[in-house]
Amino acid sequence: MKLQAYTVSRYNFDECMKCTVCSVYCPVLQVNPLYPGPKQAGPDGERLRLKDPYFFNYALKYCLNCKRCEVACPSGVDVAGLIQAARIKYGQDKPTLRDRMLASTDLMGTLARPVAHVVNGLTGLRVTRAAMDAALKIDHRRVFPKYSGRSFESWLRRQAHAQAAFPEQVAYFHGCYVNYNFPQLGKDLVKVLNALGVGVQLLDREKCCGIAYIANGMADAARRNARHNVAALEEAVHSRGLKVVTTSSTCSLTLRDEYPALLGVDNTGVRASILIASRYIYERLEAGAQLRFRPDFHKRVAYHTPCHMEKLGWGVFSERLLRRIPGVQCTLLDSACCGIAGTYGFKKENYEASQAIGAPLFEQIRAVDPEVVACDCETCKWQIEMSTGYSVEHPISILAQALED
Amino acid sequence: MRFDTVIIGGGLAGLTAGISLQEAGRSTAIVSTGQNALHFFSGSFESLEEAPERIVGLFARAGIPLHYSPGVRLMPLGTFRPAALSLEDVSLFDKPKFARKVLIVNFQDYQDFFSSFLADGLRHQGIACRIVTPGHIVDPSMRVRAGELRSVQIARTMDKFWEKAVQEIRILLKDEDAVILPQVFGLEDPTIPARIQAGIPARVIFVGTLPPSVPGTRTQRLLKRRYETLGGTYLAGDKVLQARVEGGRVRNVTTRNLGGHILTADHFILASGGYFSKGLKSNPFRVYEPVFGLDVRQEADRSKWYDADFQAEQPYMAFGVETDAALHPLRDGAPLANLYAVGSVLGATRPELGSGAGLALRSALAAVDQILSSLDL
Repeated sequence: MKLQAYTVSRYNFDECMKCTVCSVYCPVLQVNPLYPGPKQAGPDGERLRLKDPYFFNYALKYCLNCKRCEVACPSGVDVAGLIQAARIKYGQDKPTLRDRMLASTDLMGTLARPVAHVVNGLTGLRVTRAAMDAALKIDHRRVFPKYSGRSFESWLRRQAHAQAAFPEQVAYFHGCYVNYNFPQLGKDLVKVLNALGVGVQLLDREKCCGIAYIANGMADAARRNARHNVAALEEAVHSRGLKVVTTSSTCSLTLRDEYPALLGVDNTGVRASILIASRYIYERLEAGAQLRFRPDFHKRVAYHTPCHMEKLGWGVFSERLLRRIPGVQCTLLDSACCGIAGTYGFKKENYEASQAIGAPLFEQIRAVDPEVVACDCETCKWQIEMSTGYSVEHPISILAQALED
Repeated sequence: MRFDTVIIGGGLAGLTAGISLQEAGRSTAIVSTGQNALHFFSGSFESLEEAPERIVGLFARAGIPLHYSPGVRLMPLGTFRPAALSLEDVSLFDKPKFARKVLIVNFQDYQDFFSSFLADGLRHQGIACRIVTPGHIVDPSMRVRAGELRSVQIARTMDKFWEKAVQEIRILLKDEDAVILPQVFGLEDPTIPARIQAGIPARVIFVGTLPPSVPGTRTQRLLKRRYETLGGTYLAGDKVLQARVEGGRVRNVTTRNLGGHILTADHFILASGGYFSKGLKSNPFRVYEPVFGLDVRQEADRSKWYDADFQAEQPYMAFGVETDAALHPLRDGAPLANLYAVGSVLGATRPELGSGAGLALRSALAAVDQILSSLDL
């Protein structure tokens, strides 16, 4: 009886029929021989770990949590979920100072903002990067995202009155990247939504979705953020009656799926109200809303489906939204991981693997040779820009540029 | 979203139908619940007796050359099976004794290719065999992977280092007139098998491994890319949860990932596969089709589902969706006018003959022809 209690898993690992299809689509397995692969790390390992935690394998840290194994699995097994949950449950590794820095996006953003130009100047210097490489094991070849001197939140707060005048309203979960690094994307979203007659509101103090905490072994911190964010989302959805839009595919997946699955934070009251902006806008256009486009806008775009967009199954909305813009010629790139996986590719020990994983994608981008690559993920943007030299823009930004003023 | 045709299932049958419809200028979407039986593909379409130009053309435009030559092909246990239309890296022979003496090359630590069984089978045909298992000749990282060394991992290494493998094989080759290699070549680049043949002064024969199938995985990737290049919408990892049927017609389907965003179409194709892909499911009482609740041809008495002789033909493998002559599946005895059932969900395959791929192609093209000729658009 005792054994029975031990061997209950909340995951459906027993549905795995060992077909090994997941191993075909795991980007890590292709480049890192130390990683046992999704089948062994996930359902095979779970069976053993349930009997005895001794069987937990530290090589599970190589999993990117890209979820491509789950998209590929014909049996519907939560392969990546099993691996990440096992890391949280059994992992004893303490996050290093570097891991804490990379994971604490809110803290780093808040510290950097007042001195953004100094920080940006320093992270651009070879000597700083060499020092970070030596002291923190953040790879010196990595290009850092720039910080903005002014946060998106403070920009939108000044607009609050104008935004409230629109007949319809949505709330926007902007995420750390838009707030601290690239407020322009948030402004682009506001421009597009305003053109559709929709005003944009902030949540009541959103925090980082927490994915970087999960990836860096800080599940408790992630859970605290999740509880805070679910309360803020509930306030927007239930008290203000709003839908919540996002621009980051990873934030969307975390808020909708990782909170209940990995952190045990119940989001059932708000899950269906969280939509990525391209889906929200596409659905309004399909329902008859009109946008006025510049007649002189022309762009050759290649759309890259980020891993978490692939898992959400929503890449179709961004791609079709781009195709709706007159003057946009859109090529769909083969759906493949770019290799950065959030903070993973910043770590010195992962740099080579990260670039090797992305190589086929970079090659395809060079072959297509677009004017701009479009994708809904900020870390894919950093990786593709650094590795190919092509500039990467969010589909919403391209849409905003195409609008008539 | 609205399409001319929504296809449920993204394997060989679904992609063939989707590519053909897109080539004919129709708009389609494929809803694919995970990857499919192409990852177990032998490389031969065995139930096709004639050389169908249409299929060869469709594959050629996707960058997949096929060849046609009625004869036999070599199976992994050293037996032979009739075959005609095949991927280029499947060797076809007019008779089983295709060589006097062969060199069988395996890779150290690779456990999904049974060279001794293969050699035993060939010796029965009077073919002498020599097995060599060179060490990790091209990439030392393969040793680290020993516990989980699969066809696809070797193939990715070989995509880079196949020329080194050719050099090694040339050294190992003595007086054999043929070389047998596991099908672990050309995952990304389909021209590699032919280039290996060109580099070795003996006939090269590629023999199937345990899954995943390298030629099958390559075929899936190239067909999907062709479908998307033609403008098809491939919804990977999604699942149809619900279908709305009114007046004997399917109106729309709801999927897990798109939620409230329903998919509407004039025509629907059910290419959801057999038991492996959950196109057919069973409980203790019956076999059923989970998306539309279609009529399934089956034995009512559960004891007749199986034959106690494991090697015998198993009756449950012949269970499948009931259709009329036009492939419209029946529900409560009546056909659904704008739905077509194709591929393994029909249950008419004979797995012991490897006929699944042939059935998938033929039924998919038959459904496409009816959609293209139907007037009710």
